[in-house]
Formats: sequence, structure tokens, C-alpha cells
Amino acid sequence: MSAAMPAAAMPGALPARPRVTRERRGALYLGRAVVLAGALVMLVPFWFMFVFATHSNSEILSMPPPMWFGGSLGDNLRDLLERLPTFWWNLGWSFYVAIATTALNLFFCALAGHAFALLDFAGKERFYAAVMTTMLLPGFIFMVPTALTMSWLGWTNEHRSLIVPGACGALGIFLMRQYIESAIPRDLVEAARLDGCSEFMIWWRVVLPLLGPALGTLALITFIGSWNNFIGPLVVLRDMDRYTLPLALRSLQGSGQTPWGAMCAGAAIAVLPLLVLFAFTSRRLISGLTAGAVKH
Amino acid sequence: MTAANTSRRKPLIPARWAPYVFISPFFILFGAFGLFPLLFSIVLSFHQWDPVAGVAGMHWVGLDNFVYALTRDDWLRKAMFNTLWIALVSGIPQHLVALPLAWFLHRGFGRARNAVTGAYFLPFITSTVAISLVFSSLFSKDFGLVNAAFASLREVPVLGWLVPGQSIDWSQPGYTKWMISAVVFWRYVGWNTVLYMSAIQTIPVDLLEAAQIDGASARQRFLHIVLPLLKPMMFFAVTLSIIGNLQLFEEPFILTGGTGGIDQAGKTAAMHMYAVAFMDGDFGTASAIAWLLFMLIAGSTWINKRLLGGRR
Repeated sequence: MSAAMPAAAMPGALPARPRVTRERRGALYLGRAVVLAGALVMLVPFWFMFVFATHSNSEILSMPPPMWFGGSLGDNLRDLLERLPTFWWNLGWSFYVAIATTALNLFFCALAGHAFALLDFAGKERFYAAVMTTMLLPGFIFMVPTALTMSWLGWTNEHRSLIVPGACGALGIFLMRQYIESAIPRDLVEAARLDGCSEFMIWWRVVLPLLGPALGTLALITFIGSWNNFIGPLVVLRDMDRYTLPLALRSLQGSGQTPWGAMCAGAAIAVLPLLVLFAFTSRRLISGLTAGAVKH
Repeated sequence: MTAANTSRRKPLIPARWAPYVFISPFFILFGAFGLFPLLFSIVLSFHQWDPVAGVAGMHWVGLDNFVYALTRDDWLRKAMFNTLWIALVSGIPQHLVALPLAWFLHRGFGRARNAVTGAYFLPFITSTVAISLVFSSLFSKDFGLVNAAFASLREVPVLGWLVPGQSIDWSQPGYTKWMISAVVFWRYVGWNTVLYMSAIQTIPVDLLEAAQIDGASARQRFLHIVLPLLKPMMFFAVTLSIIGNLQLFEEPFILTGGTGGIDQAGKTAAMHMYAVAFMDGDFGTASAIAWLLFMLIAGSTWINKRLLGGRR
């Protein structure tokens, strides 16, 4: 069986530490210092997002800007809610769309992955190739026609115009097929089939309970993608109280004095759930996102 | 053995349809919200259309939209130039940094590797809008941190010469694209690093050890073993960069307040398409622009395949 490729892509699979000779040690430490400094630079914008969220506009506008937390978080949040009275709604819509999209993806992708991994049917590899090809289509090409399609369906301003089209992604099908092929014992499936289980019941009772890790990875990827989605809502949502969070935050940018403190407070709230998720799941997330790349 | 197991058992009647039912959600959804919009967009690109009048308001204009976009739409030319500029200036350094970084993270870090990699990767998964808003404050002229950092670097001997002599107004046309490129670089360098790391992890260790025993230096091993083995991944990662960079939208959109900035110096082709469709209401021309950009992406990917893509 050529298709099964087990967890070779998992990070840390190989012992990577080189044997370091003494003269190389200096170069190694220098390299580490540079890479660590680079890592800190990568984190700088996050740091200032949180710091600015706790400072008033005049403090942020002073030179040099504040480097440590201040005491104006409450004022900034009040300012944010005043300029963006729908903020909590927007946050709620973001959660709603992301959770609904994620739940549907888990269901449909696991189902399709089951078919591609465990069942034989005419045209299987053609269908699979078609699914994979859609991953290469650049997203901007859908911007204009999607907005028009949604307006015909009367789905403009409706959150289902974000949830339904994204309910079964190609990446999810790919991840599920990979995982099911490598992790589900065929004998188990055969045994269930001999017992007269219907295919759906085999999936529901036997396969799905074993998909935990893959479902977790897919849930992360889908949730984050939906949470950050900007272009989708931009072309289909019209009213402020229907906006998801990125769209609402963007509306703070306008003419006149930008409320930096309030804006950073809002941005921090939008980023915080992702930071928390990432802190606990970074390895799984990274390996899930790069799995497709290694296979190609 | 598995093949024998599965082929012997003839499925019952409902089971024969099960696979198609299982995979149908993807195809139904893609048909309705992928394929149909794409075909409609092709049709639209050959029409002039007043959406208010409904489908009856469509007039066949042949290639007029394409001809207009290519010959008379000066903003499109400018936006295409901006797009290519930003794609190259942000894209090339991404790969020049990501490849050696991936190698060093793999070889030079022990238990800390995952944490450090995470720091580089974090920008990739954070909301572009949130982070671009933060960047627009960091890039302010009078109080922005970037200019403050430049000012303090100016005090450092030698290094100070490399830094501009006074505060930069990043909203000026000469600097907007630099600002956008910096943010794009920041956002995607970790993604490319992780891609290269995942490929490096598949390189057999004994191969490198054998070379080491034969006296190959670390540099020789990197240049003559690691790099050639990474070529397929380089092709893949560069392909992703091309596709992503040429349709750049969110970062420039937020950083320039949705306008493209002064003199539209930061307006990308995708932003122009958006403006033509949703500001001017000219969906026909916008669709033509979309397909022109698509052809540019396809062409660039093809060139990349000739340059980097091997047998596959």
C-alpha cells in the first residue's frame, strides 16, 4: 500500500542535536543569540498591542512611547464600547461563526475522509484529485462572484453565508484521510462490517471515536481560519451589528484622531483567544498545517 | 492483505452508495459556492452589467473589459506594479531567512526548539486585521516605535549610518510599500520556516552523519546535502508564496486604511479589483481583472515550476 504514510512528518521524530566540537561552540552560541533576538522581534508587536491597550492616547503619542503596562485599560475599554457599541455582539458573532464552521467541518470532513481512506468505489482517486485541486485556487477569485451569489440567495448580511460555504474544506478532507489511513486498524472496520453494521454506523461507532487527535488538529485550523477571516465578512456583511470582530475593529480606523488605546484593547481581545489556543497546541497546529506540504 | 480483505466482500445495496453520500457534502458545497461563482465570474468578465437591473441588465461586450483593464486602466497598471514590488521585496527575504533559520532551529536548539519556532510562527495565525492595526501605530511618523527605534540606532556608531537621518513618514508614497512588505515578511517568515523544518526532519540522519565522518564541514553538509534534498519543498513553499503574495489584500488594505494610501502607492491588484467591484459597481471589469490576475499567478507558478520544480 503506497498511500499510507505514517507520522513521518511529526516534528522531533529524529534526534537532531549535533555533536558539537569545542571550536564550533562559539558559533553555535552566537547563532542562538541571533535567532533568539529575531524571535523577540517577532513578538514585539504583540507586546505593544497589550501595552498600548493599557495606556491613554496621549501617553501612546508621547515620545518615547510607553514600554510597560499603564493603568488605562478600563478607560480604553469604555472608549472602545462607546465607539463600537456593538462590540460584544461582534465578538459573539465571531465565536458563533467559528464554532459552527468548525463543527460542520469536523462532521463532513471526517465523513469524506472515511470514504476516501477505507472504502473502494469507482472514480475514488479522481474525486480525491478534484478535492485537492480546489486547494490551489486563489481565494481572491471568489470575492466578487461570492458576494453576488449571496445577494441572489438573499444571504447578504446573514452569517450562514460565511458558515455554509466553508462547511467542508479540502484541507480537512486531506488531514482526515491521512489520519484514518495510518491510524485506523482495518481489521476493526472489517469486524464491524461482518457484524452487519451499516457504513454510517461503522463511521460513527468505530472510526469517529478513534479520530480524536486529527479532529483536534482540524478543529484548531478551522477555528483560527474562521476567527481571522476578513475578506469573507467584508463582502457579505453590511450592518455593524452583524459584523464579525475583524470587520468591527477595522471600522475604528476612520477619519480624525485614531483611538490607539481603544483600538489596541480591541485587537488584544481579538488576538487573546488565539494566543491561549496556541500556547497549548502549537506543535499539533504546526504539524497539522504543514502535513499537506510534506506529503506533496 | 488489506486489499484481499476489502475486495472479497461485496457491499450490500445501500453500502454501495455510502461512499458517494459520504463525499457528497464537499461536492455539493463546492458546486454551489465554488464552481458556480467561478463560472459566473467568467461569464461576467465578458459582460457589462448593471446589477440593479438584474440578469437582464447584462450586455455582452466581448473582450472589452479585458482590453480596458489592460490598456486604459492606469490604476490597474500601478496596482500590478505595487503587487509585484511587494511580492518580491517581502517574498525573497522570507525564503532567504526561513531556510537557514529552519536548519539552525533544527540543529542548534534542543528542548527550546518548539518554543522558539512558536515565536516565529505566531504571526501567521493571528488576525491580520488586529495586527495590522497595531502595526499602523508602530509605523506612525511622530510617535511610532519603528521611527523611535531608528532614532536610537542612529546613536550607535557604524550601524547608525544605515539608518535614515530623520523620522520617516511611512504614509508617503516612497515608504508605503516598504512598510507593507515589512509586515508581510513578519507575518509569513515563520510559516516558511516551519515548512522547511518539516522537510528537514525527513532527511535521514545517517546521511548527514556519513558525510560528517567523511570530513564534510557543516557548511558543506548544508550546501551539498541539505539544500538539494530541500528542493521539492523550496518549490512548494515558493509556489505558496507566489499564490499568496500576488493576491495580497488584507495587510495593505488595513495598513492604508482601505484606500491604497497617498497616490495609491500601497494599492495591490486585489485591492483594485475590490474597489472596481464594490466602490465603482463595475462587476464586469472587476471580473476581468480577477482573471488577469489569475493568469499572472498561473504564469508565475509555471515559471517557478520550470526553475525549481524537478521531476514532479
